[in-house]
Amino acid sequence: MSMDTQQISDLAREIRIQILHTIKGAGMGHIGGDFSVTDILATLFGSVLNVDPKDPNKSDRDRIILSKGHAAVALYSTLASCGFFPVEDLKTFAKPLSNLNGHPNRNKVPGVESNTGPLGHGFPIAVGTAIGAQLAKNGSRSFVIMGDGELQEGSNWEAAMFAGHRKLTNLIAVIDRNGFQQGSPTSKTNELDPLDKKFESFGWEVRVVDGHDYVALHKALIDPQTKPRVVIAQTTKGKGVDFMEGKAEWHHKVPTTEQYEAALMQLGKQ
Amino acid sequence: MSEKLEEFDNRIIFAKTLITLANEDSKIVVVCNDSVGSSNLTEFRDLFPDRLIDVGIAEQNMVGVAAGLANAGFTPFVCAAAPFLTGRALEQIKADVVYTRTNVKLCGMSPGIAYGELGPTHHSIEDIAWMRALDSLPIVLPADEAQTAEAVRWAANMVGPVFMRIGRYKVPSVSQGQSPAFIPNKAMRIIDGSDITIIATGTLVSRAVVAAAELKAEGISARVINLSTVSPLDTVEILAAAKETKAIITAEESVTRGGVGGAIAEFVVQNHPVPMKLIGIDSFAPTGSTTFLLEHFGLTADSIVSSARELLKHGK
Repeated sequence: MSMDTQQISDLAREIRIQILHTIKGAGMGHIGGDFSVTDILATLFGSVLNVDPKDPNKSDRDRIILSKGHAAVALYSTLASCGFFPVEDLKTFAKPLSNLNGHPNRNKVPGVESNTGPLGHGFPIAVGTAIGAQLAKNGSRSFVIMGDGELQEGSNWEAAMFAGHRKLTNLIAVIDRNGFQQGSPTSKTNELDPLDKKFESFGWEVRVVDGHDYVALHKALIDPQTKPRVVIAQTTKGKGVDFMEGKAEWHHKVPTTEQYEAALMQLGKQ
Repeated sequence: MSEKLEEFDNRIIFAKTLITLANEDSKIVVVCNDSVGSSNLTEFRDLFPDRLIDVGIAEQNMVGVAAGLANAGFTPFVCAAAPFLTGRALEQIKADVVYTRTNVKLCGMSPGIAYGELGPTHHSIEDIAWMRALDSLPIVLPADEAQTAEAVRWAANMVGPVFMRIGRYKVPSVSQGQSPAFIPNKAMRIIDGSDITIIATGTLVSRAVVAAAELKAEGISARVINLSTVSPLDTVEILAAAKETKAIITAEESVTRGGVGGAIAEFVVQNHPVPMKLIGIDSFAPTGSTTFLLEHFGLTADSIVSSARELLKHGK
């Protein structure tokens, strides 16, 4: 899809509303991280990725791996909003025997590339898909979306080192830098900064952008590369609903009916 | 049995077979962890430099990269020392390969106590138990050259994950020209017998054959089964052993708890209980060569023979 900024904005709003409905309906989900990653997903699916909802396994597709698998509802809402499966299916999220598990399953959900959930898994896989695309010479690009807290897993740095060594110009890592991990700020738990210098020293090009600015995100995701690129997307956990924004407790809190209605109002639809 | 049979390092036929397969199929790639030498892959690298991806000493990345290559349409053979492949990257094996059902071939090189004096950190005696716990992961333990070649070819042609052990400790041929030497999902009955059954894997198969000959001299008819596929278990052959012979001995170069012996005992106890003896490794090894340690843990023909005598005495 090649959406303009307004269309991406509309898509992002639609995704957020689906996230809100889905989590409220299921009584579970990671709403804070879903909202922080929404604009990244909307930009990728709306204007960057070469993917086809009607042919989700075509061999030369771009690969998008959501390493922060706990944001499954954001991915499901994006895939449904983009036509990979019916929006109606979102109502089954987390219900017994649903295809939509708390973490995504490639063999059950069109558009999912790998069964993520344990953190630090998506990055090595994206390095593998990027190397595979180079061997196949099919022009496919690989994108991995990680949470920032997730970068505390050592496997990511194995992948970062190897991608830098291989100078993978068809790989982009996007960090959803919302500053929080499950219970507290990343800076209080295990400091990640200077994140840019860490990646630079591993042979990466670093772009730091506002993770809710579609134009900045789009440019960082499509500019030509001479080495692997990390896009450190500065985001706000719970983005879009003022009483959730920047609050650690909204990592996986479920809104009450009043909060749900207030959130819907803010997201622009009754 | 004093005549010494010619013995083979299965890594050599493994590497040769991979090269043959790679010539036939451009999708075959190798992923390794600084293990080109120990996996005997130098020739493969020279022939297909782009198709050997050496991630360095980084097993989690190695398995993740392999899962990504499979997603991209390739058939990666991950070649790494078995203890580090299965121990360090266990969660990647579980989530990225087995749960995601990616077409990754996990080749645990130099398994069991092949690294002798290097000690328990380098021994891979838990791998079978760990891999067995994963849902629907085929586990293949070729016992000799012919089985290794055929099992590798089978793995390349089937779609889905596989774990196989590729031994470095030299073993004689047990297939003896039998064709096919390896049948997937099938236990190979290599000697028939009616008193007792010895179910052996990998390095222990040739020792079971020697034991059967010694037992025969004592008037005991021992059946020998080469269990080259541990998962899925050939329950037909094992049930026949339980019904047609009086007792079962299992023999493996790994821990029996959760290992091959554990797998067979789980089935036998629920379907046709008979007396059993599980021969394997029960603890971290002391210092010693592989040959020494095989003796130390009773992974020998003599040990199988004495176990058979004991079981049959009890069985009377």
